[in-house]
Amino acid sequence: MTNANGQEPLLQVNNIEVIYDKVVLVLKGVSLHVPAGGIVTLLGANGAGKTTTLKAISGLLRPERGEVTRGSIYFQGRRIDHEEPPEIVRMGIVQVLEGRGVLEHLTVEENLLVGAHTRPRGDNLQDDIEMIYHYFPSLAERRRIKAGYLSGGEQQMLAIGRALMAHPKVLLLDEPSLGLAPLLVQEIFRIVRRLNEEQGVSVLLVEQNASIALEIADYGYVMENGRIVLDGDAETLKNNEDIKEFYLGLSAVGQRKSYREVKHYRRRKRWLS
Amino acid sequence: MDFFLELFVNGLLTGVLYALIALGLVLIYKASSVLNLAVGEMALLASFVVALAANFGAPSWLAILAGVVVMVAFGYFVERLAFRPLIGQPVISLIMATVGIALFLRGIYFILSNKWPVYLVDLGLPVDSLNLGPVSLLSSSVVGGLVALLLFGLVGYIYARTRTGLALRAVSDNQTVALSLGISIDHLWAVVWIGAGLVALVSGIVWGQRIGVQFGIAILGLKGLPVVFLGGLDSMVGALLAGIFIGVAENVVAGYLDPLIGGGTKEFLPFFIMLIALWVRPYGFFGREIIERV
Repeated sequence: MTNANGQEPLLQVNNIEVIYDKVVLVLKGVSLHVPAGGIVTLLGANGAGKTTTLKAISGLLRPERGEVTRGSIYFQGRRIDHEEPPEIVRMGIVQVLEGRGVLEHLTVEENLLVGAHTRPRGDNLQDDIEMIYHYFPSLAERRRIKAGYLSGGEQQMLAIGRALMAHPKVLLLDEPSLGLAPLLVQEIFRIVRRLNEEQGVSVLLVEQNASIALEIADYGYVMENGRIVLDGDAETLKNNEDIKEFYLGLSAVGQRKSYREVKHYRRRKRWLS
Repeated sequence: MDFFLELFVNGLLTGVLYALIALGLVLIYKASSVLNLAVGEMALLASFVVALAANFGAPSWLAILAGVVVMVAFGYFVERLAFRPLIGQPVISLIMATVGIALFLRGIYFILSNKWPVYLVDLGLPVDSLNLGPVSLLSSSVVGGLVALLLFGLVGYIYARTRTGLALRAVSDNQTVALSLGISIDHLWAVVWIGAGLVALVSGIVWGQRIGVQFGIAILGLKGLPVVFLGGLDSMVGALLAGIFIGVAENVVAGYLDPLIGGGTKEFLPFFIMLIALWVRPYGFFGREIIERV
């Protein structure tokens, strides 16, 4: 499958279906593409299936007894939906888990070292660690501190930096803004943008905070109820009335609507039923 | 005073060996949050294999090598056949699997020991006693204690300094995160089961010399429980110190109390200590701190 430029996307998810515990159908046909060097965002409310989509890509469904039962996932032309997580990391896809996914009892530097676990023995990791500290200077000061004692923002930075230690081609970021102050969120997203531009890492970003995600993304998908209901360029999505309504919380005149109106609107105009 | 000193030093040596049994529990617990209830049976299997090989005329080094081969194979197959199929299942399923393994090993032991009865691990170590001032010790006990300490040092070094050790610490901290970084949990489980098998081999050889190859070795596995609950299930330092504490306590108290009440102190005292430890510090005295930021 090729996109408009005639190039094969780095990562392509084709119409996948995911079932948990052999009965609970969570994804009902999800397709998306991440081009090389791009930032793509996946938006949606709680429970829409965003995290499940990421875990289907990274292979982390199996320990939770989830399974890709239909469709396929290709990375650089190779089918990966039946690979084990270590192999997927080695190929260049690393997921940064939602929440504070740091190893609390390890120091900051040990966390970074574990991030390089899949790389061959004898690789020089010190340069990479310095590179991470260059992007996240506040981690450098705290390199000997146990990660559990870092602030929420620092923990998120550490989780992203640790993922970079594996030299990924695609980073899967699961709600990096969760529970962080707006200024910190701005900072983290700025760094993600820089990593994308300077290191060439592609990003698939799951967010509930649509406005900030669309700031840095080139392309976006919107999920509801286990399906993709809308997709388009970030600019197009930002100006889309439905997105404004549901994810940016704005009405046409730039004001917050009352709940009753929103509800009424929703009832009248659902994307899918 | 001399009597006390003798009880104390002998308790110390017993305690190091209890600590060794506890190490087998801690290794598995750290990697998988599973209490390995087969730890005593594993030591029994190991001591039986070594004693049997020696009985068939194998020289000491070959008998020990036979033990190594059997325990490595055992660790590998436990991971492959019992643990890996249970990934993603509740921890209690895995604990029950270790009970199954324990009963399986008991069965094997009874069948084989009926066919080839062996009574003692005899590796030709000196059996004389050492006299250190007022205290006399069996030299085989001293050797056993030193080997146990060496093993603790080795495992501690692997955890602190090697790449595999770092991965093991990552898994014990957060399994999902470790998996997301490309750490293979299967592989590490095999590593810790093989490690626990080798620890059981050392326990089995030392106890097999002390009390003989008999079902009592499997029962000794139970003595590992008070040790780990006192020291903390995920702490090797805790296992070592708590093992020594319990060994000394039971030996000293039994020395004075047994003549009065007619014996049995060693059987109940460790579990009494465990009960108190559970009241006071449910996570043990060296269990991992739970980090809470305020």
